[in-house]
Amino acid sequence: MSEEHEETTEAQQPLVIQKVQEQYPDAILDISDARGELTIIVRKEGIYELMEFLKNDSELTYNFLADVTAVDYSLMEDVLMKYDYARFVVVYHLLSTEKKERLRVKVPVHEKELSIPSMTSIWKVANWLEREAYDMFGITFENHPDLRRILMPDDYEGHPLRKDYPLRGRGERETFNFEEQNV
Amino acid sequence: MHTDSNRVPGEPMTLNFGPQHPATHGTLRIVVELDGETVLKATPHLGYLHTGFEKLGEHQDYNQFIVVTDRMNYLSPLSNNFGYVLAVEKLLDIQVPERCEYIRVILAELSRIADHMVWLGMGALDLGAFTVMLYGFEEREKLYSIFEKTTGARLTTSYTRVGGLMRDIYDGFEEDVRAFLNSFPKALKEVHALLTRNRIWMDRTKGVGAVSAEDAIDYGFTGPCLRASGVDWDLRKAEPYSSYEDFDFDVPVGANGDAYDRYLVRMEEMIQSGRIVQQALDNLPDGPINVDDYKISLPTKEDAYGNIEGLIHHFKIIMDGHGVQPPAGEVYGATESPNGELGFYIVSDGSGKAYRIRIRPPSFIHFQAVPHMIEGGMVSDIVAVLGSLNIIAGELDR
Repeated sequence: MSEEHEETTEAQQPLVIQKVQEQYPDAILDISDARGELTIIVRKEGIYELMEFLKNDSELTYNFLADVTAVDYSLMEDVLMKYDYARFVVVYHLLSTEKKERLRVKVPVHEKELSIPSMTSIWKVANWLEREAYDMFGITFENHPDLRRILMPDDYEGHPLRKDYPLRGRGERETFNFEEQNV
Repeated sequence: MHTDSNRVPGEPMTLNFGPQHPATHGTLRIVVELDGETVLKATPHLGYLHTGFEKLGEHQDYNQFIVVTDRMNYLSPLSNNFGYVLAVEKLLDIQVPERCEYIRVILAELSRIADHMVWLGMGALDLGAFTVMLYGFEEREKLYSIFEKTTGARLTTSYTRVGGLMRDIYDGFEEDVRAFLNSFPKALKEVHALLTRNRIWMDRTKGVGAVSAEDAIDYGFTGPCLRASGVDWDLRKAEPYSSYEDFDFDVPVGANGDAYDRYLVRMEEMIQSGRIVQQALDNLPDGPINVDDYKISLPTKEDAYGNIEGLIHHFKIIMDGHGVQPPAGEVYGATESPNGELGFYIVSDGSGKAYRIRIRPPSFIHFQAVPHMIEGGMVSDIVAVLGSLNIIAGELDR
């Protein structure tokens, strides 16, 4: 990952990248700025502190959490390869109402340790959004006050938005084994 | 909570509010624990209308999904169509013709008025003001006639297309809309006379379900609900899209964040939407409505029937897997829908179907704050709070 760091620091970086790199030098895995949308891909370790920093720093002021969701990248080989075969990516959309800027934070999560700290104590809105991500993808949010299914029934089995879950019928397909396919 | 020392504490009672309660406008359910008439605890349950829109989006091509967006906020389907295609166009990195942008703005603002009119009528009906519903629905009916003439449908409009519109506006559209713009402020005036200084209405809504500005941001409020709490935030001003920067309009902001302020903000928003529509009609540019690229929008009928190239392009767009194919990447497109920020997060793998479509629905996020707003209040306030938030179950569960 160190080559990517050198590559990206040369050009003039947006303030948020500079500050994050200064504060958490190891956090950022990748940066992209496509279609006017700034995205940082960061490590799961220390994500809670990073998000707290993004919200509370007086120059960044990302005070508004617009969305929390996840993507199952198991069918997109090129993305998988980039992030050490992390099957899921948790995606946060942040917004600064003061500076009118948006930031997308993506966190790769491996299927083996399918959990990530909950942001509910930073933004109350994260509560249900994380419950939905848990319901749809089976990602556990640590220290979440009320991690239950939200859209599907409580006794439902499976996580419908996973790529191995069929459009019709129930349950993940048995023939689809991500772990075995990508050893 | 109770300071009355003579009061004998009783067993709390559990009440099921919904899923088929008339004031829920759709199927949602709140389990409330009551002490007398005071709400001790409220637990919302949802998912009754969950139909897997996001999963469907992974199996339909980009134009097919427009049909699904109709069914989200079914009070203003045109706004959903609009927000979705804007996100796809951002992904494709294309700019639609100005005429198309203006028509989209006109219809989005008219559907904002239609949405607020229904909200007004139903919200007032829930609190016992029957007359207001008739005023609200009469105005909406006029709008729905215009929508029906424009799109061919009253509710499932599916009017936008990636890179343009289904068809141009009809002859006489301008007169119809201008006639509406002249008539609806009168109806609003009557509603103001019926409600704004009405003792009962004020008692039922003032101070009910109040949310502070900090809490509103913490709970992710957007749209009229956020502005009622005193935060001046409107995506049409903050991140102008689709030529909104061309129009002169005000953003009404409340002070107390209670049901009464949400009512006043929405009432004023309708007037402002009227101003936008007026300006857009005055300056409506001529020209094409679709992008000049047959890889994205359908060829004209003359081309499709008249020459082989047009026919092939027509065929390619319609055939499964050959249609609109955005480059690989991801995009988050947000618009100011009548209820607040409606966001579409689309991940593309470069094929004709989205790899993932995530919808950020304002109702889902507003509904989360309902326990915060009603706990400690009276049981009858639940109706006032739900009404003032305009929770749409189709958008809530998707």
